[in-house]
Amino acid sequence: MSVLIKGGRIIDPSEGLDQVGNVLIEEGIIKSYPKTTAKFEKDPNVEVIDARGKIVAPGFVDIHVHLREPGFEHKETIRTGCDSAAAGGFTTIVCMPNTNPVNDNASVTEYILLKARTEGKVNVFPIGAITKGEEGESLAQIGEMFEAGCVGVSDDGMPVMNSKVMRHAMEYVKAFGIPVISHAEDKNLSGHGVMNEGEVSTLLGLEGIPCASEDVMVSRDITVAELTGAHLHICHVSTAGSVRLIRAAKKRGVHVTAEVTPHHFTLTDEAVNQYDTHAKMNPPLRSEVDRKAVIKGIKDGTIDVIATDHAPHSEDEKKVEFDLAPFGIVGLETALPLSLKLVEDGVLTLSQLISKLTDAPSSILNLNKGTIKQGAAADVVVFDPKKKIKVDREKFHSKAKNTPFDGWELKGEVSHTIVDGRIVYSA
Amino acid sequence: MDFERKHILGLQELSAEEITLILDTAESMKEVSERDVKKVPALRGVTVCNLFYEPSTRTRSSFEIAEKRLSADVLNFTLSHSSVTKGETLLDTARNLEAMGASIIVIRHPMSGAPWLLAKELDSSIINAGDGSHEHPSQALLDLFTIREIKGKIEGLKVVVVGDILHSRVARSNIWGLLRLGAEVRVVGPPTLIPGYIENINVRTYYNLEDAIKGADVVIMLRIQMERQDSEFFPSLREYSRFYGLTRDKLVLADKDVTVMHPGPINRGIELSSDIADDAGSVILDQVSNGIAVRMAMFYLLASAGRTA
Repeated sequence: MSVLIKGGRIIDPSEGLDQVGNVLIEEGIIKSYPKTTAKFEKDPNVEVIDARGKIVAPGFVDIHVHLREPGFEHKETIRTGCDSAAAGGFTTIVCMPNTNPVNDNASVTEYILLKARTEGKVNVFPIGAITKGEEGESLAQIGEMFEAGCVGVSDDGMPVMNSKVMRHAMEYVKAFGIPVISHAEDKNLSGHGVMNEGEVSTLLGLEGIPCASEDVMVSRDITVAELTGAHLHICHVSTAGSVRLIRAAKKRGVHVTAEVTPHHFTLTDEAVNQYDTHAKMNPPLRSEVDRKAVIKGIKDGTIDVIATDHAPHSEDEKKVEFDLAPFGIVGLETALPLSLKLVEDGVLTLSQLISKLTDAPSSILNLNKGTIKQGAAADVVVFDPKKKIKVDREKFHSKAKNTPFDGWELKGEVSHTIVDGRIVYSA
Repeated sequence: MDFERKHILGLQELSAEEITLILDTAESMKEVSERDVKKVPALRGVTVCNLFYEPSTRTRSSFEIAEKRLSADVLNFTLSHSSVTKGETLLDTARNLEAMGASIIVIRHPMSGAPWLLAKELDSSIINAGDGSHEHPSQALLDLFTIREIKGKIEGLKVVVVGDILHSRVARSNIWGLLRLGAEVRVVGPPTLIPGYIENINVRTYYNLEDAIKGADVVIMLRIQMERQDSEFFPSLREYSRFYGLTRDKLVLADKDVTVMHPGPINRGIELSSDIADDAGSVILDQVSNGIAVRMAMFYLLASAGRTA
């Protein structure tokens, strides 16, 4: 079966492409950009997608997703996580190792990849743990996990508090050319904090996580990256201080990259008012000053990519006292409309935004995705950036519905998601 | 004015008019408490549950007496602190109590915001009897009532709250109530226990008790939690007491008619020197009896809002 995507505005930042045209997919690869389409349209073996008025782009790449399998299948499975990704326009997702068991050895990596191949609609790449059990003490089987298919290492959810362990991790990964991905947080400064430390936390009587908790660790990680020459990738940047530190490090030539989530550039800690556990995540939603600094970092390139930190939890887990609720919200199915707001607000051009969702994340982890050049695997998203939508969490494909954006009126709807030439989602 | 609320969760959300209405109603309730037969039928046929996840003999007893004086059927449900994290969820427990017929739930919980969860998910009226480090509205209302009784007004008074502001629900509720009614509010304590952000709502912060207490009309001493010593917050109770304990030589800096209050139970010789504790004793006991009147007023107004019958 071939697919013809007709008359869309094709934007592929990896190729510097932005033009109206047609895309022909055959045998799972991008075959050509035909000038005329009549002969394909008559062919019963060609499925035609009318993309007029829509954007045709490389399928999105999310390098920060929690698929929860193995171990927490009541929150999400590899199957449902991939369904959610497809519905959000993502054709490649990278899953974090904080499963049970932790992905800290090749057998867990292989299990995830096998499940993804048999049940997942989209491409899945695993991240391995930095340390055994994400306990921060001794290095996980990084080399074997790399051979099994891991594309980076991270103890996401937990920082590596011991600087010497972090140093060794950064040195060790150089043998395999993969980055260390840091959840930058000083656990001692965070204490039992459950939200951003500020006026809101003070008035709500909730223990705060100061911005310094992130800044201190970003600073340490950059310092250790300088020492070792490793590629450091900073997860979910949330503070003005982090942005400043990363900007300065990049200027000095440190190999550091950074991501931001849509919720951190959209919301502030005001969203926690009335103890909404759907606004509880780590790092927490910060102040307006931080939000603006993060947006500035997106605009000037300090922040390289958008990643969702898709963190599914069940309804029961979130319907508890704020202190007891787990951190995290789902993100795959709201990422595009929230990110398009950056274009509407003039922060990024559409092409720049697509780059932060495609070739930029792909290149951070050397995934060889995020492009629709001729001959590439046909991972494509077709979306209407102007279409008005209302977020309805009940319609999410994810098993989890934990979002603070339910009922939000936004713009941008994915109409088709194609992976390896197969249409895996259509609106 | 009429009281239109279904719940009493905190003083932050109450207007000056609502607070004044509760205090005025408490005056009538105090009169009931001074009768020979201390009972009125306002809550007859209404089941009130006191759901306590923290040990609190005083607050719970005060609520219970208030409920009984209003003829409510009272159900006491006290759970251990550890049951918060183990076993049945708060919502499931509360739904069980509703199924037993409770239409007003008084909740005390070690975690901030717990009463909001119940208010959002249940049909019952919820009264917050203290949530984490957040609010303790009935305590603040009885403090306001007591101040008004002694000083004749709240507006324009200089009120100092001394101690662990960071973790104190009594402080937060008092601050909101005092600000709403037009008092000038100062807080003082070791910098580790004074959140700077409190200045954003027009509260002046001090680290020096002598500075803070100058010209004060009312001093509210917070109880210091013993477990905070030897932690990262301050080195020892001895040192805390030396800098932030209220002694005669510090108290002379206040207005000559200063009123000293304490929500109890007092750590004698730590927050208050023993002689001040003795002098303040009558006010502290007034606070206790006023507590019953104020809690009766809270129930009475919720019931008369017609949503709990």
